[in-house]
Amino acid sequence: MSSPPVAPPGWSRWLVPPAALSVHLSIGQAYAWSVFKPPLESALHLDGTQSALPFQLAIVMLGLSAAFGGTLVERNGPRWAMTVALVCFSSGFLISALGAQTQQYWLIVLGYGFVGGIGLGIGYISPVSTLMKWFPDRPGMATGIAIMGFGGGALIASPWSAQMLESFGTDHSGIALAFLVHGLAYAVFMTLGVLLVRVPRPDGRTESATGAAGGVQVSARSALRTPQFWCLWVVLCTNVTAGIGILEKAAPMITDFFADSSTPVSVSAAAGFVALLSAANMAGRIGWSSTSDLIGRKNIYRVYLGVGALMYLLLALFGDTSKPLFVLCALVVLSFYGGGFATVPAYLKDLFGTYQVGAIHGRLLTAWSTAGVLGPLIVNWIADRQEAAGKDGPALYGLSFSIMIGLLLVGFVANELIRPVHTRHHVPAPKEAPDAQREQPA
Amino acid sequence: MPSESSPPDRRALIALSWLWVGAPLAYGLYELVRKATQLFTG
Repeated sequence: MSSPPVAPPGWSRWLVPPAALSVHLSIGQAYAWSVFKPPLESALHLDGTQSALPFQLAIVMLGLSAAFGGTLVERNGPRWAMTVALVCFSSGFLISALGAQTQQYWLIVLGYGFVGGIGLGIGYISPVSTLMKWFPDRPGMATGIAIMGFGGGALIASPWSAQMLESFGTDHSGIALAFLVHGLAYAVFMTLGVLLVRVPRPDGRTESATGAAGGVQVSARSALRTPQFWCLWVVLCTNVTAGIGILEKAAPMITDFFADSSTPVSVSAAAGFVALLSAANMAGRIGWSSTSDLIGRKNIYRVYLGVGALMYLLLALFGDTSKPLFVLCALVVLSFYGGGFATVPAYLKDLFGTYQVGAIHGRLLTAWSTAGVLGPLIVNWIADRQEAAGKDGPALYGLSFSIMIGLLLVGFVANELIRPVHTRHHVPAPKEAPDAQREQPA
Repeated sequence: MPSESSPPDRRALIALSWLWVGAPLAYGLYELVRKATQLFTG
């Protein structure tokens, strides 16, 4: 097993966020998979469900590898985790390139979905614990920067991949070449993270890393036995479900809401609305997460869940009366969605300490996987049923919005139930902390 | 005279590493803003 790289004296903590960003900006490409769908469908004669399979498997593998690989990440450190993420994510593209060139679609599913998906999960949690050890004074801001990168990755990959396919062609050879370039480019880009990342010195001599140890320390195994973990699981799940509820059907939703108005929404305006939601999602990740350092984690989730429910209520009651109001409410909900993702590692750190926070975070991400199924299911299924019943316009979404309000209130209550973790779950002595162990002479 | 040598100046490395991640992010944001303006013009 590898030994985590300890920072030399004078190492700046401001070198760690770019290391984290180089990984998160890369793996965030996953949300731009849709760029490859139409070319794959025509080149390999696939239907929409088949072409979505690599992405779906990748997201499942993200959840599984984050949940089951978290302890390994804690044990071996961020450099090991970033190296695994680099190798898996890049190999996934290279295997997919082979699959596209030989027209063997199963290789693309295996490469991008399975192998690449492991890279997503390990990469997602790789810098979390390290960042919070470097920024004990501002853990929300630190993880907000990294997790904002995951949102930013799609913004970069979407136009970049589209331009590449335009240059190389959309036949199977063009797709293979695009996959190959993606694999190589991301390997080079992520190398920065592998080379730069360091864990703070346990003696506190590294810049501003004081307070990295000490306080509450709970192991990942013990955390699962606490009600706090499961309350937070509900909080994350409901907050993400509410966000996905809008994100999933944003373009048709705004079109339906104003279809009968004097100024209906055009296709390009709906695309602009979706892009604006992405911006709110990203801004929420860094903005709200940094705010949580000032007002506290519990309070910021009160805002996400309470004001989020209020925004949904405004959408349900008055959404069709004013376009600016509709857009504003949706933007606020999406900023809370991003903020919820970015703030949760710091919330975990407050409750369980930094001892195995990466592993605990990995396990908590199963709430994301659940919400990823739940959110689209609620909105799509209900909209389809309402349409079959002869309804149209805003009436397609009224029931979905009511369910979202209910879910957010459940999350609000779960957040209120969170109390400090009982001392019986604490790790007994600080010497068991991984950093301290490394410093002991052999 | 200080008894220990001062740690190396890492400002260039910090600037370079932020540029490494900032440049592609700026490209992504530029493309996003271009697309988002369609909500008001499209």
